[in-house]
Amino acid sequence: MRVLTPSGLDHALALLAEFESSLTPLAGGTDLLVSWPHQNSDEVGFLDLSPLRAEHSAPRLEQDALVLSMLTTYWDVIASEEVRTEFPLLLAAALKVGAVQIQSAGTWAGNIANGSPAADGVPVLMAYGAEVVLRSTRGEVRVPLDRYYLGYKQSVRALDQLIVEIRVPRRKREIEWFHKVGARFAQAISKLGVAVTRDETGHRVVVNSVAPTVVRCRALEDHLDQGGKIESVEQVRALLSFDIAPIDDIRSTSRYRESVLSRLLYFYLRKANLRKANG
Amino acid sequence: MSLDRVDGLDKLSGKSAFVDDLTVPGCLFGGTIRSPVARGRIRKIHFSTAVDWSDFVIVDHRDIPGSNEVALIESDQPALASTNVRHLHEPVLLLAHSKLHRLREGLRSIRVEIEAAPPLFDVEAQPTKEMLQHGSDNVFKRIDIRKGDPASVFAKASRVIEGTYRTGSQEHVYLETQGMIAHQEGETLVVRGSMQCPYYILDALTIAFDRPKERFRVIQCPLGGGFGGKEEYPSVVAIHAALLAEKAGRPVKIIYDRQEDMAVTTKRHPSRVRHRTAVDDDGIILAMEIDILFDGGAYVTLSPVVLSRGTLHATGPYRCDHVHVHGEAKLTNSPPYGAFRGFGAPQTLFAIERHMDVIARDLGLDPGELRRRNLLCQGDTLATGQKVQDGVDLTALLARGEELAGVSLATQEYAAFNRSHPYLRRGVGRATFYHGAGFTGSGETHLASEVWVEGLADGRVRLLTAQTDMGQGTMTILAQIAGETLSVDPRSIEVVTPDTSLVPNSGPTVASRTAMVVGKLIEDGCRELQRILDSGSGPPSGKDFQNALELHHRENPGDLLRVSRSYQTPPGQNWDEVSYQGDAYACYSWAAHLAHVEVDLRTFQVRVTDYVALQEVGRVLNEVLARGQIQGGVAQGLGWTLLEEVILENGAMKNHQMMNYIIPGSGDLSPIRVFFEEIPSPSGPGGAKGIGELPLDGPAPAIINAVCHALSASIREIPLTPEVLMEFLGGKE
Repeated sequence: MRVLTPSGLDHALALLAEFESSLTPLAGGTDLLVSWPHQNSDEVGFLDLSPLRAEHSAPRLEQDALVLSMLTTYWDVIASEEVRTEFPLLLAAALKVGAVQIQSAGTWAGNIANGSPAADGVPVLMAYGAEVVLRSTRGEVRVPLDRYYLGYKQSVRALDQLIVEIRVPRRKREIEWFHKVGARFAQAISKLGVAVTRDETGHRVVVNSVAPTVVRCRALEDHLDQGGKIESVEQVRALLSFDIAPIDDIRSTSRYRESVLSRLLYFYLRKANLRKANG
Repeated sequence: MSLDRVDGLDKLSGKSAFVDDLTVPGCLFGGTIRSPVARGRIRKIHFSTAVDWSDFVIVDHRDIPGSNEVALIESDQPALASTNVRHLHEPVLLLAHSKLHRLREGLRSIRVEIEAAPPLFDVEAQPTKEMLQHGSDNVFKRIDIRKGDPASVFAKASRVIEGTYRTGSQEHVYLETQGMIAHQEGETLVVRGSMQCPYYILDALTIAFDRPKERFRVIQCPLGGGFGGKEEYPSVVAIHAALLAEKAGRPVKIIYDRQEDMAVTTKRHPSRVRHRTAVDDDGIILAMEIDILFDGGAYVTLSPVVLSRGTLHATGPYRCDHVHVHGEAKLTNSPPYGAFRGFGAPQTLFAIERHMDVIARDLGLDPGELRRRNLLCQGDTLATGQKVQDGVDLTALLARGEELAGVSLATQEYAAFNRSHPYLRRGVGRATFYHGAGFTGSGETHLASEVWVEGLADGRVRLLTAQTDMGQGTMTILAQIAGETLSVDPRSIEVVTPDTSLVPNSGPTVASRTAMVVGKLIEDGCRELQRILDSGSGPPSGKDFQNALELHHRENPGDLLRVSRSYQTPPGQNWDEVSYQGDAYACYSWAAHLAHVEVDLRTFQVRVTDYVALQEVGRVLNEVLARGQIQGGVAQGLGWTLLEEVILENGAMKNHQMMNYIIPGSGDLSPIRVFFEEIPSPSGPGGAKGIGELPLDGPAPAIINAVCHALSASIREIPLTPEVLMEFLGGKE
């Protein structure tokens, strides 16, 4: 086993450039260490990012965006009054991720990078229109989070790149909602989760655990953007079917995921519609 | 009185050393190579040539000096498979190495080649000839309880109501996984670790090694939970650690990690119970036919006695003159199912208590009213003919429970709420039940438990028993019983940690028997000590007792003042093991549990919103501990009912991680409101009865009855996960 400890961000990027294929960046470790005793080989390499924590963990509010840093944890968001007030869905998602130990170790960037379709932090960031800032010794690029994933556990991130920032635009939102369905009230991996926002760019409906990646439900978004009404669970289910492909796994069934997602969205959107009509 | 836990501070402060905390110089780490298939014949064991095996200790069945078995009720379970395997993960080979990562490398680098045979996973299926693996029919145990003449009643009955009920398995999820350390001390093999029953391990070692008891010493370490999961399984780990240690000539530690522990160790028996009940138009039960089937897994282990308790609780606390209960525990190629808090009773009580609501619905009666018309009264007899005469008034108990839970008001409110809410539905449900305390039938007589009470020279008292404290408070309760009997400060009582070289065999720590049976022996022992120290002015107590004790030792220097007390069958208690007639238990604890639930028809999740647990357990010895037992049992029962699904693949648990096997967290629990009624019992110290298992019996039926009330449905299976409920409702809103 090899663990490399960088002295700073530039050093970290240089090490990644040198050893790219054999090094996995290790932030909070809450995904990588889960099955530690059951790994198939001891021949593993890690780039330990913890020395960078002091400089790269505080979230900050810029003029036009909230910037989550490379090592910003869920707890950093929970603890920041200005962040949780302006971005309540980030708080809602953070509170649903594990217990305090996980919340204070796990990072938003790590949640994106690990690429689990069940990631709890990703739907709310995507619903807020977040961008991922990737940096390597070759330079820096910005990618919208909804174009970051290419498939199951596959992304545009090259092996020498680190997610150094997540930029969440500051916009006035008319609705915002997050609902996670886990096997218990808290500290459970999502069976499904959904985040909904509406701002001047339109609706965003983002779901997890119902496709190989966290996805936007574009057909439903378009329907809503065009002023379409929400009339039945069946109608929502039909609109979702263009964008989701749930499967049976150890945590739930495809039928459950599809049915419950349709129901949750139906009851929520119907209420939101009513509010809009009344308001 | 609620004495603080005597071990509380050590555990809170991390001072208690659990087995994995112990560092033994020169200790090797041990691990287990297991069968990769559910059934077959071992062909060959392949050792990877990429690994240097010279510094590994390797043990297989040929290294077992005595009989290759994990001795329990029968001898069918091998300690290490020799020719055949009967379940996935069955132990085949043991490895030890001084470095943990090398051990893991070794475990990854051995392949057991097996000629697979067709496995049997469906306990309800009639086994074909090639599926027979135990006797002529795969039945481990068959039990019949008969009373009256049910056949003639059914023949004439105008109403017969039937139902089939199923319960799933359950994993114990004790916080501390299984673990043992074994080492040689001169001629003695010393085994210490996480266990409920030191003498079970001692017996298993003597047979596997074919050596007298004196050559072994079994020591209990502080225990991080058991729930029955450390009743029989630790014998397997102990034999394995001892085999490795003897071959290595060095200490060996085996600690299961969570995944291994969940995958390979025992779980609650899955069940299927069929009820056929004849009732009259007023809802009076005329006759009952109950057919019970438990999945025993691949070896007999404790299935016969689990089935026994299951059959003895199957009728519920109801009066009925014509009963036939038939029970079977059968083989499948799953890892053996085993002891789990409740021991068969939660399964059969779920069935009868759901069935009572099914009958009530069929008759258009309120489920509480149906129960009131049939609950046992003083002088009535159970199915075995045992007479109820302990003074409990079950009708009043249920009425008080319904009042505490606000049932009548809630029923009205919920009806209105359910008509108007778009997706939430509320309901309330109840269960009335009992749990026999102590070993079944003549079990306590066979055990003949022995305790020692010693009066020390410094005026203190020392208690020696084999009872283990697994978090339930054994040490505290025993100290408290002695302290109260002698009127001395219970904190001055020394409770010796079980070590078979020091303590007598007072039986296993199971079956809600510790406080009641062993506590009673302690109480008797203390009284005997008082009689010995009586100088003519009556048995001394309090300061007088301590003075008398000190005086005794001054006058008799070096005297070992030890009182031994053994279990005596109470006069008039009779049990016939063949006909299953007589006094099945020394006494019973009684309860009425009520649950309020809210079902979310968006997600099909069930939330328990309020829970009332009312029970009659004789005198409550330590109210804080007793409440803890009840609340913990209810939480564990709620998990079994709604969340905990043991998903099987090739007969064994597939979701063997806490990430995917969901036990309730604090957010999933409602308030659990605990109430006691106390009718002193002659069976236990100061009038106490057993309490440990009772609370596991109530939640499943109370909660599912409430869900059925909320949805006007008739659900007959647990666990009721949201996925199952969704399919059950067929997408209806």
